[in-house]
Amino acid sequence: MAHATDTSTGTTRRDFMLLATGAAGAVAAGSIVVPLISQLAPDAQTVAAGAPIDVDLAPVAEGQAIKLFWRGKLIFVRHRTKKEIDEAKAVDIATLRDPQTDEQRTKAGHEQYLIVYGNCTHLGCVPLGNAPGDPKGDYDGWFCPCHGSHYDSSGRIRKGPAPLNLPVPPYAFTADTKIKIG
Amino acid sequence: MSGHSSYVPKTGIERWLDARLPIVRLAHDSAVSYPVPRNLNYLWTFGGILVFMLVAQIVTGIILVMHYTPHATMAFNSVEHIMRDVNYGWLLRYLHANGASMFFIAVYVHIFRGIYYGSYKAPREVLWILGVVIFLLMMATAFMGYVLPWGQMSFWGATVITNLFSALPVIGETIVTYLWGGYSVDNPTLNRFFSLHYLLPFMIFGVVVLHVWALHHVGQNNPTGVEVKNVEKDTVPFTPYATIKDLFGMVVFMIVFGWFVFYQPNFMGHADNYIPANPAATPAHIVPEWYFLPFYAILRAIPDKLGGVLAMGSAIVVLAFLPWIDTSKVRSMNYRPIARQLFWAWLVVCIGLGYLGAMPAEGGYVVASQIFTVLYFGFFVALFVVGLFERPKALPTSIADSVLASAKGGSAARLATATAAEPNVKG
Repeated sequence: MAHATDTSTGTTRRDFMLLATGAAGAVAAGSIVVPLISQLAPDAQTVAAGAPIDVDLAPVAEGQAIKLFWRGKLIFVRHRTKKEIDEAKAVDIATLRDPQTDEQRTKAGHEQYLIVYGNCTHLGCVPLGNAPGDPKGDYDGWFCPCHGSHYDSSGRIRKGPAPLNLPVPPYAFTADTKIKIG
Repeated sequence: MSGHSSYVPKTGIERWLDARLPIVRLAHDSAVSYPVPRNLNYLWTFGGILVFMLVAQIVTGIILVMHYTPHATMAFNSVEHIMRDVNYGWLLRYLHANGASMFFIAVYVHIFRGIYYGSYKAPREVLWILGVVIFLLMMATAFMGYVLPWGQMSFWGATVITNLFSALPVIGETIVTYLWGGYSVDNPTLNRFFSLHYLLPFMIFGVVVLHVWALHHVGQNNPTGVEVKNVEKDTVPFTPYATIKDLFGMVVFMIVFGWFVFYQPNFMGHADNYIPANPAATPAHIVPEWYFLPFYAILRAIPDKLGGVLAMGSAIVVLAFLPWIDTSKVRSMNYRPIARQLFWAWLVVCIGLGYLGAMPAEGGYVVASQIFTVLYFGFFVALFVVGLFERPKALPTSIADSVLASAKGGSAARLATATAAEPNVKG
């Protein structure tokens, strides 16, 4: 049998076939991996459940905080006292682990309302500080009982293992005491 | 260690099968005629105990699945249904839940035995690494199993552990979302954990087969750490000697297991897990199951999220590198005066870390955890350094000699020096 052998480089048709088959196999394997991994992501129903929600803040009295869920995630809504607002504004942000001013974390004209996600940025526990009598940590905000993170009255991380401030969810005021989250 | 097969098929049917599928020969060579060192102590029965526990967990687990409902709104009640309505459901669930703890008790004894007697040293490195892989798979399985009852500890344990991955830079958050199948731990998370909890024990079974294969290829270590030199003098056949000894160890272990199941079935669990999962409130004091506590203490000792996760991971992975960390050629710490003391100190450190992991993360406990974390890793550094200069005690020339020497009151001549422990791969 006459093989078409390129003797100068030692490459043969068989080498070419091996590479081509290998490449086709790799592409095929890669393309089946996509659906196998993609199914792990949030499904259409879960994503659809993330539609914006309206919240009426009027029943939340000064000094009170409520919990609600959006997209399955816990959100704290806190009606802050004058003292808490002043404390949050008085902080020198250069001293913060995750520097953010109180103004960046609230809406102008509505400084009394602080709206943040309610899971500790360390490992996701729910910090205490909403109910009367809860420990509020060293900075009049929240204290996470799992690993001891302290958040201030602006939800910023001040002490403990958590790396970031409690994030502010996307929301906007639709009226003086009404917000739309999402 | 095994030489030629000593299996002799007696009947025509056995000869017929042996020529087509020599499965009886395999069983005979691995569990009957297989030679084991004659000086093995009861710490060597934990391998057999672990196989028993794996089978027990698979059997009780498969039965529990027949009555369990993997759904966020129904899982908790289906577990109570097992406890109250299913015939002997309480027994099966308590066997499975306590079985996990007993499995870990046995595996920790097995690991510490391996470290004390240097069972990870050449030519047993692959055998040892397969063991670390089994340990990792066991941890994953136990964690996902604990999530299934969907109580408060299940939910928040799942939240904390999956959030460990969010410490990874850039891809961390995406990985966590893919683990959850949503934006928080919820029904999709429960479903995939259930699927994996069913799968992983069979993967463990597969790695156990490799582990035993590697073991039977290189032969068992023994309390002297001296290799078998003369199969006639140094070993006894697996059956009846090891079979009966393993069986006796298993029965004693089952008595302890039974005591927990029948008298203290919730001793190793948490009362909080009898409260249904509530995503709006974390239990005041959240701790993992006892077998994760030392690693949990290391996680909390580091005041940095990524650092804590890396330290915890390294605490487990470092075990896989023991064969190259330990520089001494002598296996058994019975003959290593300095390393032996390090070992016992390290055992105390591990138990201390377990205690600290169960305590709240505040004040003196955090400082103590940090000191103990340094000591935990310090052991491995010390093991590396000590092996370079430590002068070991004289080793027995052979296993048979050591047995005879102790029979005569330990006065027999011990001629060999440390070099006698050079890996002497199977005869």
